[in-house]
Amino acid sequence: MDKMPKWADILLIPLISVVLALFASGLVVYFIIGENPFRAMAIMVNGAFGSAYGWGYTLFYTTNFIFTGLGVAVAFHARLFNIGGEGQAYVAGIGAAIACLLIPWPHWSLALLAVTILTSVFGAAWAAIPAYLQAKRGSHIVITTIMFNFIAASLMIYVLNNIFTIPGSAETASVRFPETTHLPNAGEFASFLGFRSSTPLNVSFFIALVAAVGVWLLIWRTRLGYEIRAFGHSETAAVYAGINPIKITMIAMLISGALCGMMAINAVQGESEQLRLDFVAGAGFVGIAVALMGRSHPVGVCFAALLFGMLYQGGAELAFEMPAVSREMILVIQALVILFTGALDNMVRMPMERLFLSFRREG
Amino acid sequence: MDFMTILQLSDSSLRLATPLLLACLAGLFSERAGIFDIGLEGKMLAAAFFSAAFAYSSGNVWVGLGIGILASVVLSLLHGLASITFRGNQLISGVAINFLAAGLTVVISQTWFSQGGRTPALTGDARFNEIVLPGAASRIRDIAQQEPLGQVYSELLSGHSILVYIALLIVPLTWWVLYRTRFGLRLRAVGENPAAVDTAGISVVGLRYAAVVICGVLCGLAGAYLATGLSAGFVKDMSAGRGFIALAALIFAKWRPWEALGACLLFGFLDALGNRFQNIELLTLFSLIFLFVVLIGGILLLLRCISVLRGTTSVRDLIGPAITLVVGLVFAIGFPQLDPDSGLATWLSSVVLPVQLMQALPYILTVVILAGFVGRAIPPRAGGEPYVKER
Repeated sequence: MDKMPKWADILLIPLISVVLALFASGLVVYFIIGENPFRAMAIMVNGAFGSAYGWGYTLFYTTNFIFTGLGVAVAFHARLFNIGGEGQAYVAGIGAAIACLLIPWPHWSLALLAVTILTSVFGAAWAAIPAYLQAKRGSHIVITTIMFNFIAASLMIYVLNNIFTIPGSAETASVRFPETTHLPNAGEFASFLGFRSSTPLNVSFFIALVAAVGVWLLIWRTRLGYEIRAFGHSETAAVYAGINPIKITMIAMLISGALCGMMAINAVQGESEQLRLDFVAGAGFVGIAVALMGRSHPVGVCFAALLFGMLYQGGAELAFEMPAVSREMILVIQALVILFTGALDNMVRMPMERLFLSFRREG
Repeated sequence: MDFMTILQLSDSSLRLATPLLLACLAGLFSERAGIFDIGLEGKMLAAAFFSAAFAYSSGNVWVGLGIGILASVVLSLLHGLASITFRGNQLISGVAINFLAAGLTVVISQTWFSQGGRTPALTGDARFNEIVLPGAASRIRDIAQQEPLGQVYSELLSGHSILVYIALLIVPLTWWVLYRTRFGLRLRAVGENPAAVDTAGISVVGLRYAAVVICGVLCGLAGAYLATGLSAGFVKDMSAGRGFIALAALIFAKWRPWEALGACLLFGFLDALGNRFQNIELLTLFSLIFLFVVLIGGILLLLRCISVLRGTTSVRDLIGPAITLVVGLVFAIGFPQLDPDSGLATWLSSVVLPVQLMQALPYILTVVILAGFVGRAIPPRAGGEPYVKER
């Protein structure tokens, strides 16, 4: 455990892993697509951070990924692998639409409160069944959550074709939410920074940051968080200490699902202001990479989410500038980040540990 | 519901079960050796793309098959590197491989073909064509005029691509390798107790890599069948969760080859059902499902009877399949006998299931099966844990 100083474990190893992942992505760009990876990177960074327009989208995506990243991270602390963030966010989107369309809200803040509650309840509910099956019946949570992603996609198509429809239109989307549910965006509360009123960045960014602080408090400052971590470290030891494994599995997954679901506040109420078919756009899966890269710590999750926000926005710009690079390149980068920071962790860790040991002997 | 419809449904069940079966057997080799593999999906997808791409450019499907298998094996080795050599988390590695395949296949196909992430349509020798068995009719009109037995032969048994027959042959082959060879014994041992295998002086790492490579080859066959047999070309995300359904089938089958065949046929049937009946009445759905339960129960009972006669299983194991068969028979015969004017019958035929539910049916059934309503499944004991030689 103490083979390396703490900063190396927390900062250096994830950093090296990410650099390796980006390097491997560069190889893909150079050898397979035949474009200059450095120019591609420059276009991405410029597209993401070069203007207020870019920042707006980057931070909008970041908000999504903070929610899903935190969701996956909480489950990770209990050593549960929630791949169902995508489906949980879909179902939460239905909750957001119900909250916005059914009740005429006098003010956006009340609507925001209702949407926050409903999205987290819907997200948690969609995570509850796989959680229950894992806790009680021992069915593999990875497979059940993936199946629930597919089921959620079917449910979404059904809902948008039969319940939330635009009369007289073939578009698979709900009608636009009323004007009173409109969340203030950065163009309205931070126009001095150069944001326009068309920017997707909105107040739910702050909810994401509050959620990050909340998760930190929960995991490291409460009894429940301690139980979750103890359960994640050793189930037998936790059970021996009187921790109920069924309760912890359920609670960790419910919180995870609720956080993944809250992503819909930003994407549905905040940005599109109507329920659209593919508003999740892979955010649930990005959450896995974000949680792994951020070492399941809220601070790490926020920075990793920013990196992926940059990749999403920069990737969109890149697809304009270099048409040969398709948007799925982001998926490749995401896969390589998961591979290097998650599965191939020991590949980086073992030589680093040896390096630090030899330093210590000399010193 | 006439005889021909049932035959056609069975026929497409078999087609749709084939990629599941190959992937399921792939997972069986890997998991029996103690390596969990969530990445079946990604390997299938990669093999599907590369087999279609190279079959198109060479005009020869066998070249495509070879390259497809190669791509799948490369991803398998990556999984092996992460989970065997570097003792990483096997779930995370599998998830990474799924995303890698989903991204790379589209990126590369866009670069090579510029058709929005698909390959050009395959024709002629660039895909696995249907094989018409000797004496079988191939046109629907000819089949319809045959005797029932001839119809079964022409419609159900004949007219599949060679990979379907290969997949069916791999089932007994897998059984033989696992239970009748030295390699199979060691493979099963390494999934249960790697330390014992190590003590006997056999390489745990070597055995596990062998299992992972076999898994890659089988996934390659599954993927190639998807793109060059079942359809004519690669489409983005064409594996559509089949890798995960295959894993569920593997659990359902309790990591055994013959049972895997039954489980995959069941999932193939649900897939076929969803394809054929876009809006199905509850009544038709129920009678079809129970008909299928009879079929599966019957096959299982027959197989178990054989092994009881050979003395490898106890008579008590016959009870399960027998109950399945009887329950299925009662309902399958009972449902069509239902008085069409009775309340239950009118209700059942008035409820029409939405198409989305039919499409989600395989996924829902997967969850139901995983919930263990079908019996307890105990995985290989050392599954998912990296082996550390010395602590």
